[in-house]
Amino acid sequence: MKVIQLKETVTASNDRDAETLREELTMRGVLLVNLMSAPGSGKTSLLTKTVQDMPDLRIAVLEADLDAQVDAEAMEAAGARSIQAHTDGMCHMDAGMTRAGLEALGTEHTDLVFLENVGNLICPAEYDTGAQLRVMILSVPEGDDKPLKYPLMFRNSDALIISKTDALPWFDFDLARCAERAYKLNPTIAVFPLSAKTGEGMEAWEAWLRQQRKEILHA
Amino acid sequence: MHEMGIVLHLAKTLDETAAEEHLAKIGSVTLQVGEVSGILTDYFQECWDYFKVRHPLLKESKLILETIPAVTWCDSCKRTYETVKYGRECPYCHSGETWLLRGNECIIKQIEAEEASEDELKTDEEATGEQP
Ligand SMILES: Nc1nc2c(ncn2[C@@H]2O[C@H](COP(=O)(O)OP(=O)(O)O)[C@@H](O)[C@H]2O)c(=O)[nH]1
Ligand SMILES: [Mg+2]
Ligand SMILES: [Zn+2]
Repeated sequence: MKVIQLKETVTASNDRDAETLREELTMRGVLLVNLMSAPGSGKTSLLTKTVQDMPDLRIAVLEADLDAQVDAEAMEAAGARSIQAHTDGMCHMDAGMTRAGLEALGTEHTDLVFLENVGNLICPAEYDTGAQLRVMILSVPEGDDKPLKYPLMFRNSDALIISKTDALPWFDFDLARCAERAYKLNPTIAVFPLSAKTGEGMEAWEAWLRQQRKEILHA
Repeated sequence: MHEMGIVLHLAKTLDETAAEEHLAKIGSVTLQVGEVSGILTDYFQECWDYFKVRHPLLKESKLILETIPAVTWCDSCKRTYETVKYGRECPYCHSGETWLLRGNECIIKQIEAEEASEDELKTDEEATGEQP
């Protein structure tokens, strides 16, 4: 028997699959956004509003959260194609499941795909899905101390959306303190406080998304 | 289903290593598991034992688990402390501005393996239709 030093994370194989998928998507001109949050933070509400606000982009949604059926119907009603991904009861989506989901969805005439990941702030942070962008949502009722509890999620995200800001008057949530905690873990994270209910703050998020799409796809 | 998911990813990573290094079977796998990775080691072992007998490469392999101690950083007094002992509040200054530095990971440290014999390599090539 010989000993082989690996020093690899258990997900090394998934990381390679994700890198391949990411390259293929960029080559085909499709931007995949991995959307992660705790259950009920407002993923579906954010997507519904975003789809309505951006009719010039062909948007599709891969639904992986527990309520996938309900969420898929909400997305169709908003005008986006959508499909339920098969998570096989897993607590996260990985690159293989994402690839299978995208194949079933079909991405030929699509500019932008959102993956509504399983509602969970721990496991999805550890698995690269192959998305070019990772966006996390933290809702006001959850509290501004979440960066301290889930550092990996904040480190691995390109953007932090602080949702349900219309509820700020009723909660002890300090926007500046939350952003400062997030910047300490990830100095380049983009922070967007917004409300999908009132529409406040949606513009900045959508402008950022368009800009990212241009830069990543050279579109 | 956190543990079974990790077992599946681990197996996939090992399959790729075996293909690259021409390994016929794996004798042992040493995993370093963070103290607060959320992995239940007993349950992980159970998942591994269930899975490995269905996977020829891993059938006779032994799983060795090592623990990586968890360390938390206090951003108020800039010190580190043992996470499991003190939790989220800094034992020095009682600040809650703390986050985990280490102890969340799951790393394949090393494997012990037997290389495929010349014969086995040949059959592999024939099976995949590759030219020698
Ligand atoms: N007040 C308020 N409630 C919201 C907002 N966005 C979502 N919600 C509510 O939060 C709950 C969960 O939202 P949903 O979008 O389904 O979350 P998901 O599970 O992350 O997809 C629903 O009752 C929504 O109506 C918001 O901006 N403001
Ligand atoms: Mg939803
Ligand atoms: Zn301290």
